[in-house]
Amino acid sequence: MATDEEQGTAESARPLQTDIPGTASVEPDDDTPVTQPALPELSESLGEYIRVVAKRIRSGESGVLPVLGGLILLVIIFQVQDSVFLSAGNLVNLLVQGSVFVLLGMAEIWVLVLGEIDLSVGYVAGIGGTVMAILSTTHGLPWWVAILGAIASTAVIGAVWGTLVIRLRLPSFVVTLAGLLGMEGVLLYLVNANGTGGTIRITDPVLIDIANGNLSTVAGWIVMIVSVALVGGVIFFRDRHRRMSGLVAPPLVISVLKIVVIAAAGIALVLVCNTDRGALIPVQGVPYVVLVVLGVLGVWTFLLGRTRFGRYLYAIGNNAEAARRAGISLGWNKQWAFTLTGLTAGIAGVVYASRLGSISNNIDGGTLVLYAVASAVIGGASLFGGRGKMVYALLGGLVIATIYNGMGLLGLAASYQYMVTALVLVAAVTIDSLARRGRTTGD
Amino acid sequence: MSVVTEGRATGGPDGSTGPLLSLRGISKHFGPVHALNDVDLDVPPGQITALVGDNGAGKSVLIKTIAGIWAPTSGTISWEGRPVEIRTPREADNLGIATVYQDLALCDNLDIVQNMFLGHEDLTHRLLDETRMELTARQTLTDLSVTTVQSVRQLVGSLSGGQRQSVAVARAVMRDARLVIMDEPTAALGVSQTAQVLDLIHTLGARGITVIVISHNLNDVFEVADRLAVLYLGRLVSSGSIDEYDRQRAVELITTGRSADDEPAGPATTDREG
Ligand SMILES: Nc1ncnc2c1ncn2[C@@H]1O[C@H](COP(=O)(O)OP(=O)(O)OP(=O)(O)O)[C@@H](O)[C@H]1O
Ligand SMILES: [Mg+2]
Repeated sequence: MATDEEQGTAESARPLQTDIPGTASVEPDDDTPVTQPALPELSESLGEYIRVVAKRIRSGESGVLPVLGGLILLVIIFQVQDSVFLSAGNLVNLLVQGSVFVLLGMAEIWVLVLGEIDLSVGYVAGIGGTVMAILSTTHGLPWWVAILGAIASTAVIGAVWGTLVIRLRLPSFVVTLAGLLGMEGVLLYLVNANGTGGTIRITDPVLIDIANGNLSTVAGWIVMIVSVALVGGVIFFRDRHRRMSGLVAPPLVISVLKIVVIAAAGIALVLVCNTDRGALIPVQGVPYVVLVVLGVLGVWTFLLGRTRFGRYLYAIGNNAEAARRAGISLGWNKQWAFTLTGLTAGIAGVVYASRLGSISNNIDGGTLVLYAVASAVIGGASLFGGRGKMVYALLGGLVIATIYNGMGLLGLAASYQYMVTALVLVAAVTIDSLARRGRTTGD
Repeated sequence: MSVVTEGRATGGPDGSTGPLLSLRGISKHFGPVHALNDVDLDVPPGQITALVGDNGAGKSVLIKTIAGIWAPTSGTISWEGRPVEIRTPREADNLGIATVYQDLALCDNLDIVQNMFLGHEDLTHRLLDETRMELTARQTLTDLSVTTVQSVRQLVGSLSGGQRQSVAVARAVMRDARLVIMDEPTAALGVSQTAQVLDLIHTLGARGITVIVISHNLNDVFEVADRLAVLYLGRLVSSGSIDEYDRQRAVELITTGRSADDEPAGPATTDREG
């Protein structure tokens, strides 16, 4: 069936060929797909592939390599300073600490790709946590109702920002700055109106477990194997499909290598998490929150990378007028991006409240949003729009969590933490801007 | 004036079929700027109409009006004899109008394939079908003899001006449009690519696709066009079969809005034969 469609398009796009005088020589391969590449493409050989990748990196398309390098460097530094850093207990702790940053960073990616920003995600997350706590603790509703209610309310808040930005043509910076202030007010109101003294405790064991519970060791392995098989299968078959269609594709070795690396990372993760990290009673297993983060990462990556919607966000973020002329609805797509930002912030709020076991009226949503933007930008997203991936927020969020955690281990005060995070942020942006300058002057 | 037999795919004698696109009294004002004043233009099907005029004459504004970038201040547009409103690029697209804009309208952060399919992505199971799009894009570029790009997965931002223009042209001709509009499609192209685009315009004409092409290069215009339309300060001062013009007359019309040949004959418009 796919073949039929392929033939159809190839045909309808083809007729030009036979009529163009200059290309009469191409006529013979009339209805076979392109067999000899017309354009010089990467060859299938490993050496060639590596050379092309190296060239891409030099010309500024370095992707996640700088932040990955930075992360490894930080890990080495902290491990040298304090050997507890790489202990299982601390690593799991780091993952859980980082999860909120990562989720908020992913929330921010949706709007950053558009060239917009959402300054309200910190307090919107707070509202998500508050709604969840009120529904569950105050009203005694089931945990899943509490979660759905939380996420739905934050999605609606995001949608409102989107509508204001689109319909009234207000800058998102201003709309969401007002949102930051307004939502802090709403949060205070909701928590105080609950009449429990400025804090709402979360009592539902399922909600507590989101950030504090773990999969059983066996379940951890099963989930890991299934996920790696899924991701590996996608990589393998996509690359194979490209190779068989006569398109540039990484050689088989590279496809296999990628899968091996992913599998190794999965195994390492489960091994670390399954190590007993309890002091008095045994504590082991992959935290549920890791699954939440990876699940959101997977679905959002898919939405951003494989659908028209995602493609259009990149187009709008780079050249809105070109996107409009291509028939893309700016309003509809922006609206959904803002809504997804709100929704993702809601998920972050659920995790945040779960980790603290309560939600209080003194959440620092201002700092949270700065960490969210920093996560995305450290990972490689551009504040000017058109560039960013969900995985950037993962890596950037891990960098921030590593600093936060490592400095804490070294007993350094929060003052140092902030200053180092600032340095890392500046370093990340500098590397990016140097790389891009290389791209413009290098060709 | 005699009926011109073009030897192209125009079918029967001129006038036996109505115009594909017909503009009546089109005006476009940007505040105090009157970019277009009362433009009447018929674009017959299957023919290549060259739209010429000095800088700022209103050529780009006119084709953007046809392409649905904005609505005209006044006037009517007819498509195959039926009055239509082209309010958005999507509506123009649905009629079968494809446009190469002067500023190319490309996204630098997307690669060649993604740009060529922007707004018309191939889907399989509602997901982007990158393989199918890449094959089609490569074929189209090969057909256009665009061989200088290293990879169709290169970001458009890293291409040279001429390569970008080739991508924009390829994008417009890739899908089966009824009317292809090109705003200075060869401005940034090298010798061989220019020849290819001119060939392509011929080819489109031979396949019965209607073309409106804007160019400042009169050599190219006289080489490819069946018809000429001259804009001067927002007014359409002359239009008709290319055989009614020679280079000197065209230059006069472009630079002064009138031609010595026309003075005794009265109004400069020679559009109709009665
Ligand atoms: N969006 C706009 N807002 C205001 N004025 C405009 C706009 N677009 C075009 N104009 C004005 O309309 C007039 C015609 O412009 P247009 O771009 O159509 O010229 P052109 O014939 O394409 O010239 P060129 O050969 O230089 O491309 C110019 O005076 C220009 O300043
Ligand atoms: Mg112009």
